[in-house]
Amino acid sequence: MRRDIQAAGSTVSQLDLARLQFAMTSIYHFLFVPVTVGLGFLTALLQTAWHRTGLVDYLRLTRFFGILLLINVAVGVVTGLVQEFQFGMDWSVYSRTVGDVFGAPLAMEGLAAFFLESTFLGLWVFGWDRLSRRVHLAAIWAVALGGALSAAFIMAANSWMQHPVGYAVNPTTGRPQLNDVWKLFTNPVFLRGYLHVLLASVVTGAVVMLAVSAWQLRKGRAPLVFHASARLSLVVLVPTILVAMLVGSELGVTEGKYQPMKIAGAEAQWTTCQPCSFSLIQVGGGKNDQTPTKIIEVPHLLSLLATNHWNGKVLGLDTVNSQYQAQYGPGDYVPNIFIQYWSMRVMAYLAVVVLLVGLWGLWLLLRRRLSTAKAFQRVATWLVVLPFLMNTAGWLLTESGRQPWIVQGLQLTRNGVSPSISTTTVAISIIVFFVLYAALAVVEIVLMARYARREPAAAPPTSEVPQPAPAY
Amino acid sequence: MALATFWFILTAVLWTGFFVLEGFDLGVGLLHTVVARDEPGRRAAIGTIGPLWDGNEVWLIVAAAAMFAAFPGWYATLFSGYYLVLVVILVGLILRGVSFEFRDKVERSGWRRTWEATLTVGSLLVPFFLGVMLGGMLHGIPVGQNQEFSGSFADLFSGYAVFTGVTLVLLCLLHGAVFLALRTTGTVRGRARLLARRIAPVTALAVLAFLPWTHSTAGKGVLPSIMQLIAVLFVLAAAWLVTAGHEGWAFTATTFTIATCVLSVFVDLYPRLVVSSTNPAYDITVGNAASGNYALKVMSVVAIVLFPVVLAYQGWTYRVFWRRVSADHYGGRVARPSE
Repeated sequence: MRRDIQAAGSTVSQLDLARLQFAMTSIYHFLFVPVTVGLGFLTALLQTAWHRTGLVDYLRLTRFFGILLLINVAVGVVTGLVQEFQFGMDWSVYSRTVGDVFGAPLAMEGLAAFFLESTFLGLWVFGWDRLSRRVHLAAIWAVALGGALSAAFIMAANSWMQHPVGYAVNPTTGRPQLNDVWKLFTNPVFLRGYLHVLLASVVTGAVVMLAVSAWQLRKGRAPLVFHASARLSLVVLVPTILVAMLVGSELGVTEGKYQPMKIAGAEAQWTTCQPCSFSLIQVGGGKNDQTPTKIIEVPHLLSLLATNHWNGKVLGLDTVNSQYQAQYGPGDYVPNIFIQYWSMRVMAYLAVVVLLVGLWGLWLLLRRRLSTAKAFQRVATWLVVLPFLMNTAGWLLTESGRQPWIVQGLQLTRNGVSPSISTTTVAISIIVFFVLYAALAVVEIVLMARYARREPAAAPPTSEVPQPAPAY
Repeated sequence: MALATFWFILTAVLWTGFFVLEGFDLGVGLLHTVVARDEPGRRAAIGTIGPLWDGNEVWLIVAAAAMFAAFPGWYATLFSGYYLVLVVILVGLILRGVSFEFRDKVERSGWRRTWEATLTVGSLLVPFFLGVMLGGMLHGIPVGQNQEFSGSFADLFSGYAVFTGVTLVLLCLLHGAVFLALRTTGTVRGRARLLARRIAPVTALAVLAFLPWTHSTAGKGVLPSIMQLIAVLFVLAAAWLVTAGHEGWAFTATTFTIATCVLSVFVDLYPRLVVSSTNPAYDITVGNAASGNYALKVMSVVAIVLFPVVLAYQGWTYRVFWRRVSADHYGGRVARPSE
């Protein structure tokens, strides 16, 4: 932020507020997206289980978690609208400059994913008694597919901001123009980033399902039913978080190649090192204090994480900054180190906690003690907070780590902001969205808590849901 | 240039599709407390659009995304210029969207009243301010040489722009009332028919004023274009069919009225996208705001492949739910678990 003040003079507060607004609305939106994607997938699995086995417990679970899914979708969808409009509102120069490339995946997202997700969600919610069981099952899978597709397009767009590919700069306008659309979808940052986001979403959905099931098991309501959902969530959670961590680590290596600042910043590594150690905790290390006190150091670990090599070389922040100054002109190209260092650690440390709790649960499951393990049930309920912190930290790491660029190497964030918007205008908008989002958060939490603690509806009314019978 | 024109048409079609489809959703949102005084009736009214509104709203998102991708300059100028207007539109869309989902989640009348109020207010804000925006593109707003908006908030509310907003709200009201009459039974249907009959003449008058005003705003005289002549015929037909009580035909007529009214703005706009009231040389046009040929080509392929598929499954959804919704269905029953 300090850099922007020095560089941008009078537009400073508008730029800061525009950034704050984007950060606030994106973080908020992304609290709901992973639940929607993850829980959508798991609800589809539950309904498939009902379809295959005919066991009414699975139907009860499908409807139970279906409501939680819908409460989330409602907020996720409407806050997504803000995202779609905000590029033009706050970042008009950015939109004008890169729309040729960046707009294409967004348009495809609407056509390929949003229509699918929204239309089939309506069919699923209201179609229990209007569609055949098979078509109704297909509807929930279409919803899940729509969510996953939507994430693919938005990640392709975002990955282009991290590592622009598939374009050429038009010599007349000076603007990047798309010249190879496949490159957007084979961008190495996209391939790993998308997989990582998808897996993180499934982790989020699985933890939500586990937390609710654990609470219900502890209260002893419908123990057989919620044992089934606890089992499903654990079986999905443990392998998924393991793979998510591995893919995340690979993503780090890839980003380190194209955005060395991001990775050096995550370790507050000011000087180039080889081999490089990793500090579990450190004090200091910011811009004004480049010699941090590392509390616990693990030798070679940073080299391994950043380059996949035991003795890999990691470029220091000062080194990269000098390179960038030679390449792009004078300036400070170092992102906020505090955010980089801690968001990376919050994400990684909490992932380990989730993994360990998941393994604990699996062990209890194998020993057939899941229903009676009160301590685990208590811990698993509170585990629900962690994926949200991890998801937020992950985005902070990747987006703050891109700064001061809005598109790496192509446009600085401060050059992308709308010139026609006053500070007051953005301030009004932030206040409006803050108040509205806070109110929605309260309603959402109240409703989620209310519906997560209800007993699952016993047997559905026959007029609405065909009894499980060998109809076909 | 040919591809850019194709995308102009597609964008106009997306906006038109949005107003046609979401038009009755918005109308139902505005009228759901008027057509029904009791809980089963209100649930029936909302039930007519329950499975459909979310998919309809996607037309707006795709319209905006199409502008971003095909005409970055259009999207950038319009959305930054209408900043606070869009904040209001977004608030309206957010309030509406969550109202559908939240209203039935708690069985308390105070809770329901709250979400009925937000649904009504949201359904008013959205068409009015989108109309202001649509009208403003044609009427002109201060746009400088750098294609950036250079005016103040008040510059967005020209008489024509405001009247476009009013006309759209009236069109949504009529469209929604006719839709409710077509899709409900009993008392709700009766009230909807009555309302439609009262709204129809007002809407028809507004449209009859709106069309020549549009044409003269575009600097093309008061003699209407062919699209506008068709719009006149449809709105008169709608008014007559509503009075005569032909629900199905009346709905067809209001559908085409909205479509031709919105399209006529785009017809008069072409080849401009946002008129600059500062200097005609600064107009945002199809020529100076379009993306490169390659991007347009890629997106054309995607649109040509996917759009028919979308139309097919959305059309099928309408068929699945095209059955009258009766208040009896909700009489004395608690919420269905997954609604």
